Amino acid sequence: MPHDHDHDHEHGHGHDHDHEFSELSDVALRVRALETVLAEKGLIDPAALDVIVDTYETRVGPRNGARVVARAWSDSAFKARLLEDGAKAIAELDYGGRGGEHIAVVENTADTHNMVVCTLCSCYPWPVLGLPPVWYKSAPYRSRAVIDPRGVLADFGVTLPEETQIRVWDSTSEMRYLVLPARPEGTDGWSEERLAELVTRDSMIGVGLPLKPGASA
Amino acid sequence: MNPPDLSILPGIPREETGPLFREPWEAQAFAMAVHLRDKGLFTWREWAEAIGAEIRTAQANGDPDLGDTYYLHWLAALEKLVIAKGAASAHALEDTKDAWDRAARATPHGKAIVLGAEKTA
Repeated sequence: MPHDHDHDHEHGHGHDHDHEFSELSDVALRVRALETVLAEKGLIDPAALDVIVDTYETRVGPRNGARVVARAWSDSAFKARLLEDGAKAIAELDYGGRGGEHIAVVENTADTHNMVVCTLCSCYPWPVLGLPPVWYKSAPYRSRAVIDPRGVLADFGVTLPEETQIRVWDSTSEMRYLVLPARPEGTDGWSEERLAELVTRDSMIGVGLPLKPGASA
Repeated sequence: MNPPDLSILPGIPREETGPLFREPWEAQAFAMAVHLRDKGLFTWREWAEAIGAEIRTAQANGDPDLGDTYYLHWLAALEKLVIAKGAASAHALEDTKDAWDRAARATPHGKAIVLGAEKTA
């Protein structure tokens, strides 16, 4: 959801000061200092910063990944290419660039469920999922996904059969992962557009399952 | 062997909706790092190592690290990397920060804050 972006009107949280004048929080001051110093040196272009923010706030998000998944469900040749070289196949839909230089796509099957984490920080396949949700960046998820993936899945409302093997993929800056969930039953003959509506962000991280037919908006 | 007691593990914060950036500075800090990486000041690997180190330091200092302090780590990593790469000095950043603080305090609410505002006010 976009929010007010007029950073000339921000002010600090302290309201016990003179209300007539502005006050910037410590972090806001640090960010402005960085921007000023780097712009003076010609190392950053303030207009480019606005474009980057707009890109991630409005243009790049999990709908991109949903289209990739729906294509894979509909086109077995595309799916084969996707599993072979994720980033390359994803580029066929014109998605790519920063944070998506190398993407491995891991397929959920009857035997195996895949889940993605970044234990180090928050590496995430930006071009197909946008920026990660807060919980993905949190220490509890980063540690528990590895120690107790079944418990994490239960927290997200997902219970898998005992015999299903869970594979946890630890992302790095060099390799990021996208889960290809299983196509829901009862969707024979559906168009890619309709299928894409069943694909949730969480199902592509592996902490959720796609919606069932009839459950989508 | 008994299975480990998993109930001691902290819960995962599940805040779902809400803006991508909670405050404008988060968006600016995010964009600066991405832009500098685009321009080749550092690589993704260097970035991941820098922010990973920041997160570990914060955790060691008592941050429960629930994801809501993520951009604080991001900003600290950015400052350190920029200084380490010689793109800015710690001294210049500190001086410029103070200059923004003076300018803000001299600027009436609702008006754009301009560096040096306290000299013309």
